[in-house]
Amino acid sequence: MDGSGKVLGASVRRKDALEKVTGAVRYVDDIVYPGAWHGGTVRTHAPGGVVEQIEFDPSIDWSQYVVVTAADVPGDNLIRLIDPDQPALVDRVFRHAAEPVVLLAHADRLALARGLAGVRLVEAANPHPVFDIDPALEAVHPICPANVYRDYRMVKGDPAAGEADAEVLFEGRFETGAQEHVYIEPQGMIAHVDADGVLVIEGSMQCPFYVLDTLLGLTARSSDRLRIVHRTTGGGFGGKEEYPSHIAAHAALLTLKAGGRPVRLIYDRAEDMLATPKRHPSRSIVRLGAKRDGTLTLIDFDFAIDGGAYATLSPVVLSRGLIHAPGPYRCEHVRVRGRAVATNHPPNGAFRGFGAPQAIFAMEVALDGLAGDLGIPPLELRRRNMLCPGDVSAPGQRMDASMDFHRVLDEALERSDYLRRREDFSRWNIDNQSVKKGIGLATFYHGAGFTGGGEVYLASRAAVRANALGQVEILASSSEMGQGSSTTLCQIVAQALELPIERVTQAAVDTHAVLNSGPTVASRTCMVVGRILEDAARELRARLVSAAGLPDNGYSAQAFTDACARYTAAHGELRVESRYEPPPDVNWDDKTFRGSPYASYAWACYIAEVEIDLRTWEVNLTDFTAVQEIGKVVNPVIAAGQVEGGVVQALGYALMEKVVWGEGGAMANNRFTNYIIPTSADTPPIRVFFQEQPGGSGPAGAKGLGELPMDGPAPAIVNAINFALGTDIHAIPVLPEDVMLALEAVGTSGIQGARGRQGATR
Amino acid sequence: MSGLFVRPASLDEALALQQAHGGRLAVIAGGTDLLVGWNLAHAPMPGCMDISGLQELQSIEIGADTVTIGAGVSCARIAAHAGIAADFPMLVECARQTGSIAIQNRATLAGNIMNASPAADNPPALLAYCAKITLASVRGTRCVDYDRFHVGYKRTVAAADELLTAITLPRDTAGRVHFHCKVGTRRAQAISKVALAALLDWDGDRLQSSRFAFASMAPVPLLARSLSDRLAGSRRGELRREAIDAALAVDLQPIDDIRSTALYRRRVANNLVIAALDAR
Amino acid sequence: MMQMAFSLNGRRVDGEFDPAQRLLDFLRIERGLTGTKEGCGEGECGACAVLIDGTLVNSCLVLLGQVQGRVLLSIEGIATDDPLLESFASSGATQCGICTPGMVIAARALLDRIPDPTLDQVREALAGNLCRCTGYTRIYDAVLNASAMALPAAAPPVGAGGSA
Repeated sequence: MDGSGKVLGASVRRKDALEKVTGAVRYVDDIVYPGAWHGGTVRTHAPGGVVEQIEFDPSIDWSQYVVVTAADVPGDNLIRLIDPDQPALVDRVFRHAAEPVVLLAHADRLALARGLAGVRLVEAANPHPVFDIDPALEAVHPICPANVYRDYRMVKGDPAAGEADAEVLFEGRFETGAQEHVYIEPQGMIAHVDADGVLVIEGSMQCPFYVLDTLLGLTARSSDRLRIVHRTTGGGFGGKEEYPSHIAAHAALLTLKAGGRPVRLIYDRAEDMLATPKRHPSRSIVRLGAKRDGTLTLIDFDFAIDGGAYATLSPVVLSRGLIHAPGPYRCEHVRVRGRAVATNHPPNGAFRGFGAPQAIFAMEVALDGLAGDLGIPPLELRRRNMLCPGDVSAPGQRMDASMDFHRVLDEALERSDYLRRREDFSRWNIDNQSVKKGIGLATFYHGAGFTGGGEVYLASRAAVRANALGQVEILASSSEMGQGSSTTLCQIVAQALELPIERVTQAAVDTHAVLNSGPTVASRTCMVVGRILEDAARELRARLVSAAGLPDNGYSAQAFTDACARYTAAHGELRVESRYEPPPDVNWDDKTFRGSPYASYAWACYIAEVEIDLRTWEVNLTDFTAVQEIGKVVNPVIAAGQVEGGVVQALGYALMEKVVWGEGGAMANNRFTNYIIPTSADTPPIRVFFQEQPGGSGPAGAKGLGELPMDGPAPAIVNAINFALGTDIHAIPVLPEDVMLALEAVGTSGIQGARGRQGATR
Repeated sequence: MSGLFVRPASLDEALALQQAHGGRLAVIAGGTDLLVGWNLAHAPMPGCMDISGLQELQSIEIGADTVTIGAGVSCARIAAHAGIAADFPMLVECARQTGSIAIQNRATLAGNIMNASPAADNPPALLAYCAKITLASVRGTRCVDYDRFHVGYKRTVAAADELLTAITLPRDTAGRVHFHCKVGTRRAQAISKVALAALLDWDGDRLQSSRFAFASMAPVPLLARSLSDRLAGSRRGELRREAIDAALAVDLQPIDDIRSTALYRRRVANNLVIAALDAR
Repeated sequence: MMQMAFSLNGRRVDGEFDPAQRLLDFLRIERGLTGTKEGCGEGECGACAVLIDGTLVNSCLVLLGQVQGRVLLSIEGIATDDPLLESFASSGATQCGICTPGMVIAARALLDRIPDPTLDQVREALAGNLCRCTGYTRIYDAVLNASAMALPAAAPPVGAGGSA
């Protein structure tokens, strides 16, 4: 804590640090239930079709197993999310490979493995599978009507006029690949029925109330007979937003059929990577019009994401991508069309950034392309068009006077020494024929919280309570998965109550014990839930002042304790509940995509430096500067950790991580040996800087942060590569194989030196 | 996982055990390849014989003309061995790039050979250095030129009951150019997409002889013999890229797979050969 | 089953055990030492790292029968005053925490070998331990800070001084 006694804003140690460092904390796979059985899943292989028959190996004594099929579902065979299209277990018709059909449980792991190998699905395969966005849009045999889950449009001004005004028109096609989350803890759940007949499901997840929602329908139980318990979660990144509902459903079905006996359903890495969602692949066709001086006249964006075989979260991933597509730029005429497309891949889903990284990649790389066509440095093009206070963004939101994005840009340029490095690299590239160097930037913003009216719809609630000893507890469903929320939320409450951080803890997240503060997604926890808790804490304090003699301000922790003791003696439990209150200026029309989609935006400028070895076409990220404005830094160490980790995850997205699809359309390289994420040897120096400008809608002006670092690195890196080589790389991941082909496409092996256009010194 | 596990106390006992089991015991030392396979298969472990405790296989002998490395020697020991580094720097580098440190601490050179993966890290150096390997069974002991050992994808000349006991390298590398490059999917603990170990014997500007050994460019770790034939006697500066490409087209059979493409592998291999010829 | 004797976290273990089980499963299931994690089962992630005779290994790739007579150390056997624990906790080196015990073990193996490592040595030593949360930066800090804490004040390690 700093000298002023501020808890909010200090790098207080994570609440869970020591138990994690010593290995004492228990994740779901570490929890022991004596006599628990092991569960497993039999999955489809074909890219959709019909399960005509399930054959059980007659040499196996099936009476020793618990066997569950769709016929065993007591309630609705449905994973509840947005559209009611996805079953918990395939009955007959299925849409993709790796879809669950049969569940088994056995006391012995090896026997379970034998059983899983002894179930054969007789599948009549879908003869017309589609695996890519554009073929899906033209498919004769669609998975859902026209193979489009949602088709959204956001229009500002008159795109035809913007095109007519353009003196230069850039057009490009951009692609981003699927990405696997690679939380190091695989997904898993344990289910049992307790002595009171309550079905308890515990495990690794981000959104216990999502799980509860599915289980209510699936089991036809009431919420008092169903209890979902969040266990220490070893990374999520969005990957544990929707899929835990499946695993929980399966574990529940197994335990119900096993008479309530505990059943463990813990995925190994291969099954996790095969079956769980990925980041949506995307393709964007971007047309940018500009005056010769660089003033943007048109942003015309056709954005499409591959939703896979069920809608799951694709509609909301799409809307966030669509809204972020035009970026933080001023342009009179904007048209964005966005489609979430059905294919026969396993459904793609939530992943840090949630559609924004895909769209921002396309826009930011397109801007560098336009800059090249205009003969204007990429930096100048951005400066000229950056949203300023008072400007109106593409969806129609007037930028607050407090947001000075030029300050973010200026600091990034200074910290990275961008202009001088760019000149140095241009000179280097003329002289050097074996290694080329590049520098690239991306400027972007990320809206925090649910889009538009989403937070109003969620109507999140949370509570703070204090006991007679003056110990304060947070009751919220926000789930710690590594991001540090169980610490930052305590900081917020401790600050509001003027208490040391040790006095505040977050209660275990358990649907029987806490309130539904909404899912742990969308960079919303600190900003939205933090604000609700801050309100609750202030109300709790006010009650102590009015009803228990707590001094109005400037009290000691002991005085707080004494007041709590007085209060509870006189009135019983001291517990204050609060709910989400929308900021006054958020109005959003989700039919027309007009209005103010987010209360707050975090702004950033990221700058990447790369070296490319022309013998092997390997790209080495050599330096990374990340400057962001996030309103208020609640915990500097935790915040910087979010950015550093996000940058490295995005480095993988940009340069390494390629999902290879097998014949059935599920992941073929579903092993750590074959799906390559960055190691410590691949990580460059990452220099992180924060700015705090007022105006965020969270506690002390805080905004969301967690997803922001996923947005900028990929375009910055690709812009750096294109600068170094004079290539037109428009797709990620950029593997060395792609660099080789891109250089061929521009007519040089690279060894003779980069083409002039973007490599020109400015 | 459960199955027969035997732990012989001596090499003779190990050979007898393998014979008694008809050569069907899986031989485990570091386990860094075998256990990966068993873990992924979720199958009961087959019967296995652990030779990690055999002291007879743990020696590194620096002789006057040869260096002999016991089959139980780990990559970590090779990576840290000054005597090996003096004559065989590429082997040290390969060992240091065999997975992570935790892998190098367990993985053995012999296991890396017997697993017979075309992408294995150490075989290129062993091929370039004219290694010989010793195979033993109750029937006797024989010495095999390593460049005749791999006969097809994951197939070798070793009989089922034979154990690899030692690797021998001739100490005739003084004055040669050693060039090694592994191109993987990332900078640490990667499986190679292309790897080259090249040993070149220059007489002034004339290339007297050369050995170019590749990983991940054919179903087996491979010596590019046509290339060496083609290059023998050439002078620096006469070596034309087209000639190298043509020779490598004969020697190498790269494929498209989960890690890379045939085209990329071929282009990089060609670039690495040029780099090796440029190296001093 | 096999009659075995070895040392685990400073205590002698004697008994009849299935030698063909993975050391990882033995630790987690038979001994309840769940600080050692399974992230991949193929030696790629390092979450299951332990020390055998002071040497860093992945316990998912070791059979119990192979540790006869050896000295094993898992995260639970790390001394409570090991500066790595305090340093990891206070440097922001743990987020979700699932890779952390393996990281600590790998760092311990490094510091036992090289008490004052350079940043590059730290990066190399940890390259077999995957982390998806931190971007590694703060883990390097933690190892360098622990190294500085353990060394006499007169000889601070290069690169460890004054890091934020």
